[in-house]
This record gives sequence, structure tokens and C-alpha cells, in this order.
Amino acid sequence: MKYLLSLAVRSAWNRKLTLGLTLISMALSVALLVGVERVRQDAQDSFEQSVSGTDLVVGARTSPVQLMLYAVFHIGDATNNIHWQTYKDIASNPAVAWTIPVSMGDSHHGFPVVGTTTDYFAHFHYGESAPLAFASGIPFAGLFDTVIGAEVADHLGYHLGDKITLSHGTGDIGLTEHADKPFLVTGILARTGTPIDRTVHVSLEAIEAIHLDWQSGAKIPGFSIPAEFASKFDLTPKEVTAILVGLKSRAGVFKMQRFVNEYHAEPLLAVLPGVALDQLWQVVGIAERALLAVSGMVVVVGLCGLIAVILASLNERRRELAILRSVGARPLDIFLLLSAEGLFVTLSGTLIGMVLLTAVTAIFAPLIQAHYGLIIAPKFISFDELGLLGIVMGISLLASLAPGYGAYKLSLSDGLTPRI
Amino acid sequence: MKTPVIQIKDLAFRYPKAGGICIDIQELNADAGDRLFIYGPSGSGKSTLLGLLGGVLSPERGTISLLGHELTKMTPPARDRLRADHIGFVFQQFNLIPYLSVTDNVLLSCRFSSRRRNRAIASGKSLLDEAARLLDHLDIAPELRHRPVTQLSVGQQQRVAAARALIGGPEIVIADEPTSALDAERQTAFLDLLSRECIAANATLLFVSHDRRLASGFNREISLPSLNLVQAEQEAA
Repeated sequence: MKYLLSLAVRSAWNRKLTLGLTLISMALSVALLVGVERVRQDAQDSFEQSVSGTDLVVGARTSPVQLMLYAVFHIGDATNNIHWQTYKDIASNPAVAWTIPVSMGDSHHGFPVVGTTTDYFAHFHYGESAPLAFASGIPFAGLFDTVIGAEVADHLGYHLGDKITLSHGTGDIGLTEHADKPFLVTGILARTGTPIDRTVHVSLEAIEAIHLDWQSGAKIPGFSIPAEFASKFDLTPKEVTAILVGLKSRAGVFKMQRFVNEYHAEPLLAVLPGVALDQLWQVVGIAERALLAVSGMVVVVGLCGLIAVILASLNERRRELAILRSVGARPLDIFLLLSAEGLFVTLSGTLIGMVLLTAVTAIFAPLIQAHYGLIIAPKFISFDELGLLGIVMGISLLASLAPGYGAYKLSLSDGLTPRI
Repeated sequence: MKTPVIQIKDLAFRYPKAGGICIDIQELNADAGDRLFIYGPSGSGKSTLLGLLGGVLSPERGTISLLGHELTKMTPPARDRLRADHIGFVFQQFNLIPYLSVTDNVLLSCRFSSRRRNRAIASGKSLLDEAARLLDHLDIAPELRHRPVTQLSVGQQQRVAAARALIGGPEIVIADEPTSALDAERQTAFLDLLSRECIAANATLLFVSHDRRLASGFNREISLPSLNLVQAEQEAA
């Protein structure tokens, strides 16, 4: 048995060029498969950690997924807003530790504008409870100060001290500018890999201020309040779009959720972000699963190539197999000899693929994190991937039986004198 | 009475899926130390007879006994084991495994049979010593021992194959046209070497060839066409 293995290895080495090429294709397809799975897993993790440490997200009554879409991802619009009094009721609930009110509806070159309070920078967490960090500058303090996300700064080339104007409504074209009230960039956030990167943050008061001379979503003709006088008005918000709520104790989350959902003054909805994000991923995750399926097929194609190469070599090896038979090898030995080859190539292909992937990840992880905010954890192999590789090995084991069986039949029909 | 080394009785064989019977032999016996020259043109059933003797093919009728073991009553793995333990083969050409060294090719016989391994160790000091001794006897220079076999001439390759057939002292050596790729001078030299080693080991040599000129030096000569009751024309393949 041990000698058979050494024979298999030496025979494979004798055909190292063709087998080497199939080995490389095996290694690449395994690296692709596990790489896709890894990116998929990390993308899902980073997606589901778009917001962390927040116990409840509260908005006007709608579907949980919709609420998450506009409150966390700033996609789409809220059907309704929440009254300021409601916000105060929730914020003053004894179970509540902190709240982050968010007010949406404006944009800047397609990037959503979020009106909030400085609590945002203190309490908002993402990933494995990472706080927001400033790449440069400080939180907004003045009425027309703004803090922009990393992607906004990169994409539009903004620096501290730049002046920007906001547009009414969301989208990129055909919007009315709040041109009379420009904002000063006082802070740029570090990259998070979450929707925060694409967000322009201003204070809730600023949102009120730029809409002072507006009514029903349009500028009042012939009426304008200059920026310098805006602060003289009562800028207490009348409404917010959503509230992120942190509780003193996580244990009270369902009680608080019920309090919000049964709130008497207006119909509200409170969702647990983890659950809703999971639901949302079920929708957006389809593309990732399709990608995984495609890379799975690449592995199957690689395996087919391998088996084809081994089967093709079978004819050249009939003499060799007959010699082994003549010195006493059983047909079973011949079967094992050929099956071992396929298995040996997949095994080493898988190993090389994993080493390759680890090296590539190690080299490119900083780059990927800087450009896409996707954090790829440096690791050789995870438990889930082990399962995936187990499936690959299982299939290759089955596939390797094909040349083994071919050789077995051949050695029975050829006997000691192959007819070539 | 001594058990014959090879004993064939009323043997008939037909290839599965092929038409008629292609081997039909009434009787063939060989004793220890016999050197049989079996003459037969191509198509007379030489390869088939070798397959039957090696236990790789199973007869349709009759019995084949090797050293008193009746092949037809044994399981295929037991026949493989018997072949490994008691028979050494030398084929026409391409006798060697291309990716093994000369010595490893010789030792191949000992890898599948512990009996031959033990006998080889008992004969020399170690497997390597015994392989070296046989290669010396068969005129393979020591510097060739660890070369890849692909660097050897055809004559050298056939002598290495003979060493592989002889190592571990098998009782039967079967040679299937081992000299057909050699020129006349080397044919005689090879035959002499092979005969000498078989005599030294008291092995029964079964030498199959279509070339009747080689028959001198054997103590028995058998014509396969007269032995095989099936006419050669019938199995034109």
C-alpha cells in the first residue's frame, strides 16, 4: 500500500508537465471558490454590521426592511416622519440610554444628507462595535457646519474648509439648490465600509434653517431669509425621519419595542437592526450566492480537466500497468494507483490554492479595505471553508474513481500483454 | 512422485465477447529445472497461453496447476499472489517502468511479494545487494544501477528485466519473445545469460518465440501449433 503510493507519486512526477498544469488549474479554481466565499462572508458580515450597538431603529409605521433601507442605508424615502414630541417621549423613556435622531430628504450630488445631533458621533457604532473616527477635523458645531463621509470626500475631492451647498430632495439631477446657505466642511470621517461613507452630516437645526423660506417642498417665490439671519429663528425641529435607540439594558429591548409599536399618538415601528439586516441580506445576497455557484462550477470544470488528463494518460500507461500486473499487482492495486493520482493532484491543488489565496489576501487586504471598506480578516481557513473544501474533496474523490475504474477494466482485459 | 512445476490438462479458452475457442491444449507438463522452448508464429495463441499461466485469464475448461496449486480453483487475488510469489516475467520489449531507476525496476518483484523479498534478502545480504549481484551477473555495469532506465540500450533493458524476473528465486520464469528487439549476436548472449541464471536457480524456464533458430540450448522444444488443437487460421485476429 505504501509502495503503491510512492509509485503513484513517482509516476505522477514522471508526467509533471501535464499534471502540473492541471494542478495549477485546480489550485486557481479552489482559490477562486474559497476567495469568493470569503468575500461573500465578509461582505455579509460587514453588511450585517452596518450598524451595531443600536438596540432599536424607530420610524413611522412601514415594513421593517423599508425602515432599515432609509434609516440605515439612506436608500429611498420615508413614507412619513415622526413628530418631535414623539422623539422627546422616546428619548425620555427611563429604559433609553441614548438616541440618535436622523432627518433625511436632502442630498448633495447624489449623496444623502442626514440631519442629526452630535450624539451621532458619540453613540453610532458599526462592525464589531467600532465607533466613528474622524480622518480629519471635528464634529459640526456651528449651524452651517458639515461632517462628510470618506467616500463623499474622496469622490468629490473635498477637504476641510471647503464650502458645499445642499440640494432639496434626493437624486442627482433637476434638484433645487439651497444655494443661499452654503455649508463649511469641518470634519471628514474615516472609512467604515458602511453607508456612512456616502453620507453628508449636518445638524438638525441646519435642516430647519435651510427650509425656513420653503413651503410644501418648494421655495417661496420672492421670499428669502439670508444665512446670517437664520439663527435668529426658532430652529427646533418639527419632525425627524427615524431614531436610532440605545437601551440601558439589552434585556429591555422587547418591552421597548412594544412601547414604540403601541405608541398612542402616531403609528410607529421599532425594529431590531440585526434581524432586519438579516432579512435585507436575504434579498441582496442572491447575487453573492450566484457568484459562489459560478465559482463552484469553475471547480467542477477544473476537476473534469484533471480527470480527462488522467484518462488520456491511461492509454500510454497500458504497458506500465501490464508490468505491474506481471509482478503481482492485483487489479485492485491498479485501481488504487490511478485513483490516488487524481486524489493526490486535487489534494495538493487545494493546498496550493489555499496558500495562494492566503498570500493574495495578505497582500491585497489593506488595498481592499482602503478602497471598498471591506475588511478581509487574515486567516488560513475557517470552519465553513473547511466544509466547502470537504465537498470539493468529496467530489474529486468520486471523480478520481473514474480513471481508477478505467485502469481496472483495462488491466483485466489486457492481462499481461496490452494490445497497443 | 515429484509434483510437476507446470501441469496443464484438457485446457480450453475463449475470449469473452470473441467468437470461438482459441486455445485447446490436451496436456503440457514441465518439471523443476526444465527449459522449454515453445515455438509458435504470431496468432498461434502465445500471449493467451501466457495470460492463462499467469492466472490473469481464466480457462473455460480444464485445469492449470502451478507447483501443485490449481489456478482454476483459486480466487483472482490468490492467483495474483501466486504469480507474484512464483513467476518471473520477461516481455518482448518496454519491460521496465520508465520512471523508476534500474535497481528499483529489479526490486519491483519484491514489492508485491514478501516471499520473494525474503528470499532475495536471504540470498544476498540485503535487497540492494541481491539486486546488485543479479545485475552484475547479467552484465549491467555498476554505474548504470541508479540511472533512469530510459538511458539504457534495448539489450541492457532486457537484461534488467531478466534480473527482475529472477530476483527472489521464482520457480518459474516465463519469457515472451524477449530477444525479438535484439540483433542476432545479442540474442544468443542474452539467451545464454538467461539459461545460465535459470539453471543456477533451478527455475523452470518457459521461453516463447516465433524464431525457431533460438531453440538450441533448451532441453525441450514444443511447437504451439501442434500443441494447440485450434487451428491458427481460425483465430486470425
